[in-house]
Amino acid sequence: MLQRLKRRLSWTTVSMWAIGGAILLVVIVGTVLTLSSGKYKASEWLDLTINGLALGGIYALIALGYTLVYGILRMINFAHGDIFMAGPFAAYFVAVAFDNADYFGGDAMLEIVALVVIMVFAMLVSTVLAILLERIAYRPLRRAPRLIPLITAIGASFFLEYAFRGLFGSGVKSYPEVSILTGYWVILGIRILRIRVVVIVAAILMLVGLYVFVQRTKVGKAMQAVSEDKDTAALMGIDVDRIIVITFLVGGALAGAAGVLYVLMFRQVTFIMGFMPGLKAFTAAVLGGIGNVVGAALGGFFLGIAESLFPNLVLDGLGIPAPYQLRDALAFVLLILILIFRPTGIVGERLAVKKA
Amino acid sequence: MNERPRFDWLSAIKIGLLGGGVALFLCLVGLIEASDRRPIIPGVLSMGQTLLLLTLVLFAYLAVRQAKANQENVPRAWLVLSGTLVGLMTNAFLAALVLIGGWIDLRAVFVNASPALYDILTLGLGTGLGLIVLLLIGAVVGAAIGATLSLAESYQRAILLGLGLIPIIAILNSALFAGRGVSILGAILILLVTAVSSLLWSRYQDRVKERIEALPPRQHRSLAFGVRWILPAAVVLSFPILGAYPSEVMNEVGRFLLMGLGLNIVVGFAGLLDLGYVAFFAIGAYTMGVLTSPEMTWLPFHLTFWEALPFAMIMSVLSGFILGIPVLGMRGDYLAIVTLGFGEIIQRLAISDWLKPYIGGSNGITLIPKAAIGPIRFDSPQTIYYLFLAGCVLAAFISQRVKFSRLGRAWMALREDEDVAEAMGIDLVRTKLMAFATGAAFAGLSGAIFASKLASIYPHSFHLLISINVLCLIIVGGIGNIPGVIVGALFLVGLPEILREFAEYRLLMYGAALVMMMLLRPEGLLPEARRRLELHEEMGAGD
Repeated sequence: MLQRLKRRLSWTTVSMWAIGGAILLVVIVGTVLTLSSGKYKASEWLDLTINGLALGGIYALIALGYTLVYGILRMINFAHGDIFMAGPFAAYFVAVAFDNADYFGGDAMLEIVALVVIMVFAMLVSTVLAILLERIAYRPLRRAPRLIPLITAIGASFFLEYAFRGLFGSGVKSYPEVSILTGYWVILGIRILRIRVVVIVAAILMLVGLYVFVQRTKVGKAMQAVSEDKDTAALMGIDVDRIIVITFLVGGALAGAAGVLYVLMFRQVTFIMGFMPGLKAFTAAVLGGIGNVVGAALGGFFLGIAESLFPNLVLDGLGIPAPYQLRDALAFVLLILILIFRPTGIVGERLAVKKA
Repeated sequence: MNERPRFDWLSAIKIGLLGGGVALFLCLVGLIEASDRRPIIPGVLSMGQTLLLLTLVLFAYLAVRQAKANQENVPRAWLVLSGTLVGLMTNAFLAALVLIGGWIDLRAVFVNASPALYDILTLGLGTGLGLIVLLLIGAVVGAAIGATLSLAESYQRAILLGLGLIPIIAILNSALFAGRGVSILGAILILLVTAVSSLLWSRYQDRVKERIEALPPRQHRSLAFGVRWILPAAVVLSFPILGAYPSEVMNEVGRFLLMGLGLNIVVGFAGLLDLGYVAFFAIGAYTMGVLTSPEMTWLPFHLTFWEALPFAMIMSVLSGFILGIPVLGMRGDYLAIVTLGFGEIIQRLAISDWLKPYIGGSNGITLIPKAAIGPIRFDSPQTIYYLFLAGCVLAAFISQRVKFSRLGRAWMALREDEDVAEAMGIDLVRTKLMAFATGAAFAGLSGAIFASKLASIYPHSFHLLISINVLCLIIVGGIGNIPGVIVGALFLVGLPEILREFAEYRLLMYGAALVMMMLLRPEGLLPEARRRLELHEEMGAGD
């Protein structure tokens, strides 16, 4: 009996590794072929990398929301991507108002004021929505079997998306152009799009801020305690409900901020724009090891760079036409690979296989 | 200690605020205006107004029930009062919307806050008179609900049933048979007939049941057989007589029902949350398309529908295995996300230029031949109906038989506790793979029929939303229970198919339905007895 079980296990492990190994081999062959063909110049690779860093910063900020909530409630807040969409979507109307009042005319001071107001407003909207979501949809289900909150979150995600579509229209809305963020800066002799610099710097500042918050403040420590063991934390005098609300608050605010950065980069909002970044950010959180703050940040940057580089680096060499079409597919292949080879993520405890 | 009963203002006001919020949301999201074109009683009542009325009725009902539950022997006047209050508050929100909208143009933000909407809300009577009428309607409807609920139970049921049937019949008439709702006379007739028959039934049901029980066993058995098998079979088999459009609606239901039965095995029986289920449907459809379409010139041969069908199912099953192996060790949420990723990968591959020479890329595959048996060609909605029907019957039969087999019991053990199941000697690897493979086979079958039905397939038919749709219907219907899945498919696929004007709001309603369902009735509309116990036990005791 035991013998048979052992044989079965090894059979599945072997086939898993075989699938993983085959994919890895393809990746290596593709990379070597692309690099040896010399189709792209070094500056192009650099450009892609910096683009990836900016994208990665945004993923990292969203991923933190997933990781914080997962760490505490052990649930995937599927609607987090839509929280990310809601902030900048609502702030669009503020941006239009500023634009009508001629704030984006080229005066740097006025533009900065407008951007700060937009940022604060977006963070506020996302935060309020995240807290409402927790209060209405998740709190009553805290003791329910695990699939139930997940299904609720999926429902909430679709509800939010299509409520926004119904309320504010289905068309793509273009954010006004901000003149201080257009054009290039030359840093260390490299021409970098200004917006990318701003996004990367802002994302890193917020990530560091969050790290300090979680590690140093009393509330942050309470969050860690709750994620370790809710009941014991409650016995120690921590108000668990309050900590959970704060977790959603922090996650929502970061998502709102990430949303504004994303919108400044791509300059448009739609009701559906949170879906893909949300999934990617979740992938990033898993990459880094879900439940782990540093891991989420690293995972975000890694995924951003991978997504930016890999289509050209891997697929081009294999002679696949239009590799950018497979960008999203690559992100998910990466997710599956990580879960096969290192379910714990880059840094993190072994959760994927642990008793759910 | 006899405290004097007090009217519970607070809970009535709370419910009133909620009702107002919901009514406002329905207006601003555009549902009311979109559904206003469909008449329920022409000249009197439109679908949009019916929706608002239903909101009124619902919240007034909740308030009155709350008032009844709070204390015993509530004075009848209080019930009427709380109904009136809630009705008034609900419509006051709408009145406020009309007032504010008349003052500043809200359309810069809310695209649906249009004069047309205000016109509907004020019944075309202009702002002054219209608002008064609007508030009056709220108060009257609320009061009427309060009064109705203070009657005896059998009268309550008779009135609510009669009123509820009017819009249902009107919608069916206008949607399926291109009619225009029901006339005033018709509406009164429906109300009277249903109310009277409901009253008669509640008075005489015991006697009827006694009479049936008293029949000789042979007759009793044949009656039961007739009611349980022959009647439904006759209805289902003769459905295409109704015409092309109703058959088309049923084909959509059948397509999703077939997928629902498959996903029910994976999620409902084995408890593996698969969010990428559409992938198997896509693989079935694409296999059918590639093997049969003469467009696919890279293949040296082309098969007929029946020859390709087994291959379509085999390919789906194989992909079920391929997905199954890497996710064997994962549980719960991780499984959900990885399967979702799998679905996305398949769709991205289908749309990519890379595979375009083989599967058509974004142009899809066209010229897929229809199925045929001898002289009978399955080329109209009425005939394709039988293909889906056969598939669904087969899938339902297999599900029902497997459910209580050794494998089915292993799945359920797995669902309840993986570790215990393993300790009991259940082979996890085999059991899980079998679940994925069986589920994938049904989806592949559905996809293959779908491809032949449309004669062409495009990558955008295989969006993630299909997976969500299927998941939704099994959850709302009653996960793990086959009649539940059927009810879910009829409600969540058939209904939006009939109410075309709601197409845009389909996902909004799905989202709301999922959340409400999980909060209020996680076991679904027609739950499996065992699942219900499981859920309520766990909900009560915690985990």
